[in-house]
Amino acid sequence: MKHMTEEELIAYREGVAEQRTAISGHLAVCEECRGELERIEAVLAALDTLTVPDPGADYGRQVWREIAPRLAEKPEPWWQVWMEPRRLAAAGVIVALIVAAFVAGRITRPGKTSDNIANKEQVRERVLVVAVGEHLGHSERMLVELSNAEPSDPAQKQVNISAEQRRAEDLLQENRLYRQTALQEGDAGLASVLDELERVLLDVAHSPEEVTPAQLEAIQKKIAGRGILFKVRVVNKELQQRQEAREPAPAQNESTKRERNKV
Amino acid sequence: MQQSVESTQAIAESDAIAVERTLAGDRDAYRVLVERHSHNVFRLAYRMTGNRHDAEEVVQEAFLRGYQKLGQFAARSNFGTWVYRIAANYAIDRMRQRQKEEARREAPRAEDRDGMENDPLNRVPDRAPTPERLTQSIELRKQMEQALAALSDAERTAFVMRHWEGCGIEEIAGVLKSSSNATKNTVFRAVQKLRRALQPVVETRAQARTMGTEL
Repeated sequence: MKHMTEEELIAYREGVAEQRTAISGHLAVCEECRGELERIEAVLAALDTLTVPDPGADYGRQVWREIAPRLAEKPEPWWQVWMEPRRLAAAGVIVALIVAAFVAGRITRPGKTSDNIANKEQVRERVLVVAVGEHLGHSERMLVELSNAEPSDPAQKQVNISAEQRRAEDLLQENRLYRQTALQEGDAGLASVLDELERVLLDVAHSPEEVTPAQLEAIQKKIAGRGILFKVRVVNKELQQRQEAREPAPAQNESTKRERNKV
Repeated sequence: MQQSVESTQAIAESDAIAVERTLAGDRDAYRVLVERHSHNVFRLAYRMTGNRHDAEEVVQEAFLRGYQKLGQFAARSNFGTWVYRIAANYAIDRMRQRQKEEARREAPRAEDRDGMENDPLNRVPDRAPTPERLTQSIELRKQMEQALAALSDAERTAFVMRHWEGCGIEEIAGVLKSSSNATKNTVFRAVQKLRRALQPVVETRAQARTMGTEL
């Protein structure tokens, strides 16, 4: 008797086999192929135990709240999307980077290719440094306030963190933009810290507006546990130093990046 | 007011009507579509990206892109399938981006990306957990996630869409920009790789259960 191939059995199991009836007929009489199919099914059944977390009954509304401010009044031609304020800000940063690179190219003496590249990188980086530095400062302030928040009265059952939550929502959008820009710039250390910050901002943005003291403590522990405030401070400090240094030598610059990657 | 209630009911009855109204300038009609399909898109996105953070980003981006491209949808009939496809495409981009990020990092973080949300302990079935059973369940889950992560983007997409989401081969082929036969092959390769990686551990577990030494 000719047995089924693994490919035929997998196709049968996944419902994409062409000769389904023939395979069913064979399986009815062939113990060996049935055993083989059972082994495939056991692996797939194990994979089925990987659950997807429930995003909550309110998730659809939550998604709408996130995207609604970014939607135009009416679906528009593709270029209209870039007129929305946040995307304009994004485009602004990109334009600034391009202009900075262009200016750096113009003001640099011709004939010294390596200097040209270094100068362009420095100017482009400076633009990113200023914008990200400001963003980190805002994030740090919000996280410090949240970390220090406590019920005004020990008997208080709910603490309102809606202000921090809204700020986290705003910061989240900016953070995504800066993280992507940092990645494009090849600054893996900065991108990594922004990635961690994004997860914390996401947690805060998705917290209820009013939390119990125990929930607040859990959020605060999460912030402390990830050491994100420390990392944000270190990176922000370093960005400030980079901003202050008028013309850092490329070698120093690289070593600074490497140092931060260790944070 | 009565008219408003009626139009809300009409929107809820049909995605097609909601799409039409959105295109006519009724932005709230799009809200119905978002609220109706967010859970399904999240499930797909989570299975493709493997973490909640990226999945949420994929969901938002899929609905944003869906809104922007809604004019191109008009002739189609199933908004759910359409936005699903947008999400799958964006999830593939996100996975590639994530791989680049990981590759750039000198030392990948050992900690779980989702914190408590994705804590293995929270996902282990709830029956009489002993420390040993928890340990083995966590180990198995880790191996399954590693096996899924080891698939190529196309294999993972094909497997998730076919096995977990029950999508048709043509639909998956559309996302992968591939032929039906090539897509069937991709599904096969995905299952074959998962089997090679997981069958030994699954069988060991089954034997332990039979012998009553399961954890």
